Amino acid sequence: MSFLPKPKLHHPHLPTNALGLTRRDYEGAISTLCAGCGHDSISAAIIQACFELDLPPHRIAKLSGIGCSSKTPTYFLGSSHGFNSVHGRMPSVLTGANLANRELIYLGVSGDGDSASIGLGQFAHIIRRGVNMVYIVENNGVYGLTKGQFSATADKGAKSKKGAVNGDGAIDLIGLALQLGATYVARSFSGDKAQLVPLIKGAIRHHGAAFLDVISPCVAFNNHEGSTKGFDYVRAHNEAVNRLDVMTHHEPIEADYAPGTVEIVTQHDGSVLRLRKLAAHYDPSDRLQAMSYIQQRQAAGEVVTGLLYVDPEAADLHDGLNTVDAPFNRLTDAELVPGAAALAKFNASLR
Amino acid sequence: MPQPITSINDFVVKFANVNGSGSASANQLFAKSILRMGIPVAPRNIFPSNIQGLPTWYEVRVSEAGHIGRRGGVDLMVAMNPQTWAQDVASIDAGGYLFYDSTKPMPPSRFRDDIQVIGMPLTEICNAAYSDARQRQLFKNIIYVGALSALIDLDPAAVETLIGEQFKGKDKLIQPNIQALHMGRDYALAHLGHPVGLKLRRADAVGNRIFIEGNNAAALGAVYGGATIAAWYPITPSTGLAEAFARHCRRFRTDPATGKARYAIIQGEDELASIGIVVGAAWNGARAFTTTSGPGISLMQEFLGLAYFAEIPAVLFDVQRGGPSTGMPTRTQQADILSCAYASHGDTKHVLLLPRDPHECFEMGAQAFDLADRLQTPIFVMLDLDIGMNESLCAPLAWDDARRLDRGKVMTAEELEAGKDFGRYLDVDGDGIPYRTYPGTHPERGSFFTRGTSKDRYAKYSEDGEVYVDNMKRLLAKFDTAKKLVPAPERRDAAQPTREGVIYFGSTAAAMDEALADLEERGVHLDTLRLRAFPFADEVLRFIAGHERVFVVEQNRDAQMRALIVNEVGVDPAKLVPILHFDGTPITARFIAGEISAQVRPRNVAPLREVAR
Repeated sequence: MSFLPKPKLHHPHLPTNALGLTRRDYEGAISTLCAGCGHDSISAAIIQACFELDLPPHRIAKLSGIGCSSKTPTYFLGSSHGFNSVHGRMPSVLTGANLANRELIYLGVSGDGDSASIGLGQFAHIIRRGVNMVYIVENNGVYGLTKGQFSATADKGAKSKKGAVNGDGAIDLIGLALQLGATYVARSFSGDKAQLVPLIKGAIRHHGAAFLDVISPCVAFNNHEGSTKGFDYVRAHNEAVNRLDVMTHHEPIEADYAPGTVEIVTQHDGSVLRLRKLAAHYDPSDRLQAMSYIQQRQAAGEVVTGLLYVDPEAADLHDGLNTVDAPFNRLTDAELVPGAAALAKFNASLR
Repeated sequence: MPQPITSINDFVVKFANVNGSGSASANQLFAKSILRMGIPVAPRNIFPSNIQGLPTWYEVRVSEAGHIGRRGGVDLMVAMNPQTWAQDVASIDAGGYLFYDSTKPMPPSRFRDDIQVIGMPLTEICNAAYSDARQRQLFKNIIYVGALSALIDLDPAAVETLIGEQFKGKDKLIQPNIQALHMGRDYALAHLGHPVGLKLRRADAVGNRIFIEGNNAAALGAVYGGATIAAWYPITPSTGLAEAFARHCRRFRTDPATGKARYAIIQGEDELASIGIVVGAAWNGARAFTTTSGPGISLMQEFLGLAYFAEIPAVLFDVQRGGPSTGMPTRTQQADILSCAYASHGDTKHVLLLPRDPHECFEMGAQAFDLADRLQTPIFVMLDLDIGMNESLCAPLAWDDARRLDRGKVMTAEELEAGKDFGRYLDVDGDGIPYRTYPGTHPERGSFFTRGTSKDRYAKYSEDGEVYVDNMKRLLAKFDTAKKLVPAPERRDAAQPTREGVIYFGSTAAAMDEALADLEERGVHLDTLRLRAFPFADEVLRFIAGHERVFVVEQNRDAQMRALIVNEVGVDPAKLVPILHFDGTPITARFIAGEISAQVRPRNVAPLREVAR
């Protein structure tokens, strides 16, 4: 980590987005994670995605649990409200926040310990409720802050830095998310920014529960020979099924691809996902096929990445509860309090 | 043979039934009919953790004088459960009455010779009148209500009216029930004579009071308090509160124009998620609550520490039951006082509100949300099973239309734009309460990072010891401010000057009223202080200092409120004498009066001979 404060002066010719903001306006405090940590690359990708989407930073709420990954919201979107909550319980806090004000964008950041071990229950339930959010797991298979214990996503047979072999089976968050009804499911790698940034952009523009599993090597405790979450291993086994472009400015869709190699998906809010197919028969609108394909490739030792599933017409928790359009935190006394006359009637019914 | 008990409008009837036999609605019909005669009643359901088959009791205190606590003792036992026959017969006061189903003859050894026994062949009557097994079972209950109406002069017209109201919409059930009622009544009039000295006589002692469960009233309080989000996990005895909130919201919170909901109710996957949802919602500026009981409070501990330290305005309704662990899930206690007051790890203290009845459940249920926003901290509303699940008679719920929801110190976009200094943990007013902003308020100003880890006045992460101490001291100052905002204790002085006092709270209040009247009759005079909240007002210290000895009456084993007083008020523990009732049944007036008079007699009450002199 660097201990120097970030300079406030920006280069005068930094590119600006539609809001007149530069990429640096989306940054946060300087990271205190280890130099080379995969998580910092994910923070950079989030910054890039928000910048490119022209999002007003204060309309994003970033929530996390506890752990290295959960520290990262401090390092991006410094003008957004953030909530570093309780270990494994970010999903419930995010659910409550989302219910209170449906107009903000909710970004949940978690790790594999936070979501697959202590927080597996809350992870499952926020997905099954269809909370409108982007849920990112920065997955390194290891507990960093407590110095290198295996997490529940560590593969069976993976070797720890100290040489211990993991005897427990791994929890596959992608498989769970698909089974539980997430409506935008992607996996990526912190070392592949070109793949990651559009996946985050698509997730932000998705209406519903968007889940991203991002393999993010721990340079301190899980980047050695025998690890299945290290840079070299993931690079060697990364099998992307597609490349995504997210278009929000209605750019003309280029037609220089061979027929059948590009798929166009228009989401609820009008954003267009352009998917260039890399695996010939992979269909990201087929949940069951996605589940089986990913499991087959996983059994063969491959790490399948890309936009794995999307339902562009998904409903969210607010839709299910049929809540009013106005955010709850702006409802007035008149809309909330039934008043004395109604109470008198209620009293009369109890005599 | 003692004299048979005679009494008008002042006695206790207890029904012993089998759970799931349909007795509950018949027994409720009995109690409410008495209420319709203008006589106050207080029914209490004592039920097992079971759906069908285990023993259940329904105790009805009839009191024209308005004593609606549990009195203790039984004047008339309606013994309908062979499983509990022996204990039911044993529980009748000498000179009292036993009403039973005499279809099957019982040997004399199964009775007592100091009580009056009234047998009626209920099963035989039912079997002759009905062929369907379920009908036989259900109507037997109505038949005994009919018999009781003859025996104690319960007005059959009042019962008929209530039957009409109860089955409104299922009108074809009305006549068969009325027939069963008269079948029982006619049999009793023709065959049983006038064996019971307990009588009802129409009175005008109910006034405009209402009859409601505390859970229901508290839920409506949450609606009036502006709660929009409820997250909860099913647990007896608090489940009814969440269900009542859903009913009230459907009625009062559906947008008339769109039919959309101005509320969200989430049945969480557990209590951790429930409190997490509340914390997230409250952080984001909506009013949110959870409802639970002791085991749920245990599960919420970590989040409660976060909410205290991060200053999140959460509201919790704790409908207490017998603990520890699963304890007695369907019995009542006041045993979560300490676990709520000091919930979580580290140095924490929480505001507790202590309603005495459904009226206060509503009032404090609404007030809790104002206090939470004003103090930016969790607020616990401490019900118990006795208040929460039993219908009780109380003053009508009241609301002043001029009242506005107090959102507390929330800095607006305009104030931020005008350049007002914003430090999330900055005490600008000297009351320990800082300003907060809702997420999304202003493009450049007022955002902050909420965390459970230590931070400075401007919400910047810091592990500096001085910064930590500064923040922890401010939280204490804030807690001191809470003292002035929470409901004040209620003091009542005895008719004569006395050196002895009694402190009590919550559901004990009703039994305490009767106990005090009884004690005063016996010449025992006590000043009383009813606690309505924690932190304690200075009045508590003054009250204790002003008396030589103060009894602290509560429904738990470890004298938890007494411990809290000793710890927080700084008084000599020897002055505080615990009076403890914790068998899971609601405390009784007889218990309180008995325990106190046993200790007071040698000092406070002049022996008879001296009085004569």
